[in-house]
Amino acid sequence: MVDIRSGTDGALEHAEVEDVELYHPHSWWTRYVFSQDAKIIAVQYASTAIAIGMVALVLSWLMRLQLGYPGAFAFIDAERYYQFITMHGMIMVIYLLTALFLGGFGNYLIPLMLGARDMVFPYANMLSYWIYLLAVLVLAASFFAPGGPTGAGWTLYPPQAVLSGTPGGKDWGILLMLSSLILFIIGFTMGGLNYVVTVLQGRARGMTLMRMPLTIWGIFTATVMALLAFPALFVACVMMMFDRVLGTSFFMPAIVEMGEQLQHGGGSPILFQHLFWFFGHPEVYIVALPAFGIVSDLISTHARKNIFGYRMMVWAIVIIGALSFVVWAHHMYVSGMNPYFGFFFATTTLIIAVPTALKVYNWVLTLWRGDIHLTLPMLFALAFIVTFVNGGLTGLFLGNVVVDVPLSDTMFVVAHFHMVMGVAPILVIFGAIYHWYPKVTGRMLNEAMGQLHFWITFVGAYLIFFPMHYLGLIGVPRRYYEMGETAFMPASAHTLNEFITIAALIVGAAQIVFLFNLVWCIRHGRDAGGNPWRATTLEWQTPETPPRHGNWKELPVVYRWAYDYSVPGAPEDFIPQNQPGPDNLTREAAT
Amino acid sequence: MSVTLIFLAVVAAIAGWWLSQQRMMSKPWLEVGHHHDPRPQGRHPIEPAKLGLGVFLAVVGALFTLFISAYFMRMASTDWWSTPMPKLLWVNTAVLATGSLLLHAAKVSAEHHRDDASRTALIAALAAGLAFLVGQVFAWRELTDAGYLLAGNPANSFFYMITGMHGLHIVGGLVALTRTILATRARPIDERATLSITLCATYWHFMLAVWLVLFGLFSGWASDFIDLCRQILT
Repeated sequence: MVDIRSGTDGALEHAEVEDVELYHPHSWWTRYVFSQDAKIIAVQYASTAIAIGMVALVLSWLMRLQLGYPGAFAFIDAERYYQFITMHGMIMVIYLLTALFLGGFGNYLIPLMLGARDMVFPYANMLSYWIYLLAVLVLAASFFAPGGPTGAGWTLYPPQAVLSGTPGGKDWGILLMLSSLILFIIGFTMGGLNYVVTVLQGRARGMTLMRMPLTIWGIFTATVMALLAFPALFVACVMMMFDRVLGTSFFMPAIVEMGEQLQHGGGSPILFQHLFWFFGHPEVYIVALPAFGIVSDLISTHARKNIFGYRMMVWAIVIIGALSFVVWAHHMYVSGMNPYFGFFFATTTLIIAVPTALKVYNWVLTLWRGDIHLTLPMLFALAFIVTFVNGGLTGLFLGNVVVDVPLSDTMFVVAHFHMVMGVAPILVIFGAIYHWYPKVTGRMLNEAMGQLHFWITFVGAYLIFFPMHYLGLIGVPRRYYEMGETAFMPASAHTLNEFITIAALIVGAAQIVFLFNLVWCIRHGRDAGGNPWRATTLEWQTPETPPRHGNWKELPVVYRWAYDYSVPGAPEDFIPQNQPGPDNLTREAAT
Repeated sequence: MSVTLIFLAVVAAIAGWWLSQQRMMSKPWLEVGHHHDPRPQGRHPIEPAKLGLGVFLAVVGALFTLFISAYFMRMASTDWWSTPMPKLLWVNTAVLATGSLLLHAAKVSAEHHRDDASRTALIAALAAGLAFLVGQVFAWRELTDAGYLLAGNPANSFFYMITGMHGLHIVGGLVALTRTILATRARPIDERATLSITLCATYWHFMLAVWLVLFGLFSGWASDFIDLCRQILT
């Protein structure tokens, strides 16, 4: 075009790129604590999420101890068991996965990968983290509140959630849970606005949408979805708060509690389910899409090959994001809704499998004849593909009404969602941490500890969740404190439960190795250099590692897409996105 | 949930229109160099703050749409008596609309560098906003005095909850407006201040639109309209 001045080698001069005003911290407090730098905020988000995630991990141990050895631990009574289930689920889904993918990886990677100096609204970004921390503290406070945390199950279904039969229902538990969620949503909205507007406005020159790494596409689409889906949870929480505190009857039907007629009447529990799952299903993809994006980049980088079908991958992310808003009622097949309604939602659910399967094929085809380096990030990425396929296939079972009805509320469902949105995204998080830790700290994580962590986690997760499918198929219900003697459960089912518990304890313990690795390598890790994986994306091209405040000396200019690996004729097997390079070095010229 | 789905369809249409401008069909693996960026100057025509407000309003829109969806779904049950609307709400509506006009005036004055006129209009708009809130509280009191209590009937509950939520958003707008007034008090209104005024005005117009929809909803016109649509469709 006419207004572009180029130098002799086709490189653009930087003069036209407008720089931004940057906030400059003046003290240690504003630099490291009340920081407005997205990189620091990312580390704060990630540390908080991992810390509260460890609480949830311990809760899962306690649950498993009860299921494996019923009654052996006196302090795990039925009430506590329900509290553990509820807090484990809520923490893992919202306070760990959502916060870590969007608040952690989003904050770190969006400005760096797009060649920006920072987020566009750094102050709101800082507030976002502090409100998130407050939400976590309010949630954690419920462990110490009178009556303990809520035991309503992570779905918080009314009317039981606010009745005295449920732990925390008439005490502080449910109130703290609802307040914490409301805070989380407010905090997330501040961060989310930042992520979206930074992707739209903060991209470096030459970084068109179709040149963005898939990681950014995943995080961007997930953020848009979260901004539109979280209000549904917000509305549900506010309305339930009104029912519990002010005596309204939005969700509460006429009810007799302990022989006493409550003043509620006429409310609709189904209304809550609609609101909750209108948030709840997109939430699955809010967690999955960033994982899809990150895993695409890990596979491409560590197989030294361009991602197969980049364009389709982008479209698939966008289509999955849109479709995920019209499948929510497949969580409600047994709620007594109109069967035709169920048929509609079964159809949309199965349609979503098409773009998802397309992504899986493209990952496999990227690996096909690639120069696969079995580095730790690659191992986790491969483990993700396998696990996601497994979890996705059982999703097809459960998406069909006739299959779902008998399997509903059994361990099969627990196994399914743990595989597809528990283990699979967590594997990506591990892979991503092994991949980007060298950029965050300047040091590599220890390989031996990483291998130990990987194999125990990967094999162990299968030992935990594969047998659970079988338990579900023979009809073992979920959410039960103890099974007792039943006709349909053979004695071997109890042995299997014991086995799962032992596996869960070992897998949990392996995470301590990982945490130790994270802390130990900050000082003792091998020096990583600026670009240890020889990757093309912009975050690896920063002048300093770890990147300083402002990320770049001079804003980068982008000349190519993010996947120029092993380009025929190129001197190295990767060409960074900001390298001008002669025009004839493209795949077109090579073919 | 159909109201929410319609809202999301609108958002999706806007997003789809925008994506269609972004060369989603291009083949980035074949394009090296710089001549494919639709933003040759590396810059966008829209201010980040404006875009940020736009995205935020989409979120607020989703929030109120979900409240409205819940309203319609709960309405279907038999224990529903609609709440009478106090006449005062008409006055409040007029006050809110006046605030909107004043902010528009402030924006236009600022753009034409009539700083004093702009400052006056801003303060008048702030007063209108406060008057609206006071008016809403009086409307609540009128209803409670007449025996329409919060927990008495789901229609009452929705009325208090949703108007309260709208009021909270107005309070947020007033905080932003106050900051703008303080920022423009002693200094000439430059480009940055004009931007703040524009943002306040946009937010106010949006909250006025939300209020009009809510007022229509509580008065029962919205359901009449939906019944009409249903009859036409069947």
